[in-house]
Amino acid sequence: MSNIGSYEARFRDFDWKMAAEELGYGKDGNFNIGYFCSDRICELGSGEKPALIWEGFTGEVKRYTFNDLRNCSNSFATMLRDAGLEPGDRICLFMDRIPELYMAFLGVLKMGGIVQPLFSAFGEDALAMRLEDAKTKAILTTRKHLGEVRRIRASLPELAWVIVVDAGGRALEKGEIAFSMESAPIQKKIDIARVGPESPSVLHYTSGTTGKPKGALHVHSSIIAQAVTAQWVLDLRPDDIYWCTADPGWVTGTSYGIIGAWANGITQVVLDAGFSAHKWYAFIEKHKVTVWYSAPTAIRLLMKEGLEPVGKHTLSSLRHLVSVGEPLNAEAVIWSEKAYGLPFHDSFWQTETGSIVISNYPGMKIKPGSMGKPFPGITATVLNPKTYEPVGTAGTIGLIGLKPGWPSMFRSYWSSQEAYDKKFQNGWYICGDRASIDNEGYYWFVGRDDDVINTAGHLVGPFEIESALLEHPSVAESAAVGKPDPINMEVVKAFIALKPGYEKSDDLGMEIMNYIRKRLSPLAMPQEIEFVDTLPKTRSGKIMRRLLRAKEWGEEIGDISTLEND
Amino acid sequence: MAEDIKKMIIEYVKKEYLDEDSDQVVTEDTKLISSGIVDSFSMVSLKMFLEKKFQIKIPDEKATPEAFDSVTSIIHLLSEFTPL
Repeated sequence: MSNIGSYEARFRDFDWKMAAEELGYGKDGNFNIGYFCSDRICELGSGEKPALIWEGFTGEVKRYTFNDLRNCSNSFATMLRDAGLEPGDRICLFMDRIPELYMAFLGVLKMGGIVQPLFSAFGEDALAMRLEDAKTKAILTTRKHLGEVRRIRASLPELAWVIVVDAGGRALEKGEIAFSMESAPIQKKIDIARVGPESPSVLHYTSGTTGKPKGALHVHSSIIAQAVTAQWVLDLRPDDIYWCTADPGWVTGTSYGIIGAWANGITQVVLDAGFSAHKWYAFIEKHKVTVWYSAPTAIRLLMKEGLEPVGKHTLSSLRHLVSVGEPLNAEAVIWSEKAYGLPFHDSFWQTETGSIVISNYPGMKIKPGSMGKPFPGITATVLNPKTYEPVGTAGTIGLIGLKPGWPSMFRSYWSSQEAYDKKFQNGWYICGDRASIDNEGYYWFVGRDDDVINTAGHLVGPFEIESALLEHPSVAESAAVGKPDPINMEVVKAFIALKPGYEKSDDLGMEIMNYIRKRLSPLAMPQEIEFVDTLPKTRSGKIMRRLLRAKEWGEEIGDISTLEND
Repeated sequence: MAEDIKKMIIEYVKKEYLDEDSDQVVTEDTKLISSGIVDSFSMVSLKMFLEKKFQIKIPDEKATPEAFDSVTSIIHLLSEFTPL
């Protein structure tokens, strides 16, 4: 029997207050996520239970109990306070998936800071843009990334501290602090910041079609939704060994790679290594993983490797598989049943929703290729894109809309009220995705409603890429669109018109690709560049990305006169 | 010849995938993919570099993380397509 039991009964009887009470949220005035993920689990008698089993790419393993989690996060909180940082300060985590990342995440929350996790593969421009926007006060990083941080620091006057968690004996510069979690004094108890349920907690940056990336601001009470979805969608139970493959630089890696699991006192394993089918299977076998939360891109990479590596490992510990990031194709669901004897359950949500909002649930019939049904407590629908009224008819394609009010919903975009307001129409939060609902209430994903590129489950904004491309000396104008990719769903393709005096060539194409990779990130790097003489534009001079995208996807372009008038 | 190729690939990896201030040593056996020096997206640019340099086409099914995980394994892969 799964945790959720009957989906219909749960959906009918659910209210968020019950979920909050079950978590003990607000009891004795405690609202801080940091407390709920560590101290509370220790108080419940599970202090010696493993919380984190970490494995590096060399095979080195480190183990931490919930007592360790409490003590190490306390050490981080104390160090940040001693540095003069205050509640409400934005504190960035910019490091690979090392144990310090997880402990520091809770430490920032415990001292009342707003934790700003950023993907460690971000290049200088991408990093600087996000730190500048958030007016970040401190960044925690490692020697590996210190050079990059130093090079942008002069442009960030608000950045008071760079904290290096593995400095060793390396000489540091003014404004830099060396901090070693392992050698810091053990602190079993500190004064955890007395935040309220609506106090800001996590700031995750996400991309839109226009403008710079936006910081989606979450609050401490998000944990109510993250904890109950971890129980009912991920089906986490006390004896589970749980593996969330997402990087905490992205929302899945924090909502379910930290908060959802540890709020429930679950042991999780982390592999800080690049993808390899054999390595992943060996990891599952070695640590006896029971619940596996991964992404369609990874699943399709595993499919590409075939059944042969599966047969070389004992994967019988697995009991529940869930996927997130982009829609999980039906073939992947069917293949996973064949390969592992279990289907991957697709789940849908986004940075702004903070927790899973539509999903396939254990025990519920899976329709391969479907997103599933709304989580209990979530009012979802498909809206007419013109009237923003529910379409009301099964099979009609429209925009996914959610009624605001669930605890983990973002509360604002950092410094962009206008962008936030635009996300709401007729009382609905507009996800930006198109879907239909069938006659049994299952949602079916169709695609994005904008030009945002979903590559390997990560949203990449075309504007950010185009802005960076224009800084390359050879580029006169450019357009970035998503093109289909069998593994990543979409990858970035750039159309580029060169300035006079530059000749198109493979070498120049590669130079531009690497330029974007280093300035922004590998995800934003165009995997194909097409040099063109000119780009199609509207009468007002706006580049018609949709036209270029339609060509890549083999879609009907139709009458472009309306586009020309955009 | 093989030594020159090794050196050339190592230099390219250091130049393109390591931070300019990095003190990391890269040898022919350094793990590139599993250590995170080169991620799956960046592998595309490394593959393109090799294809261009050696005037070959590496089929996608051969461009696996294992095949690109070290300079030694890359040279082994290249030897399938061109005399080294």
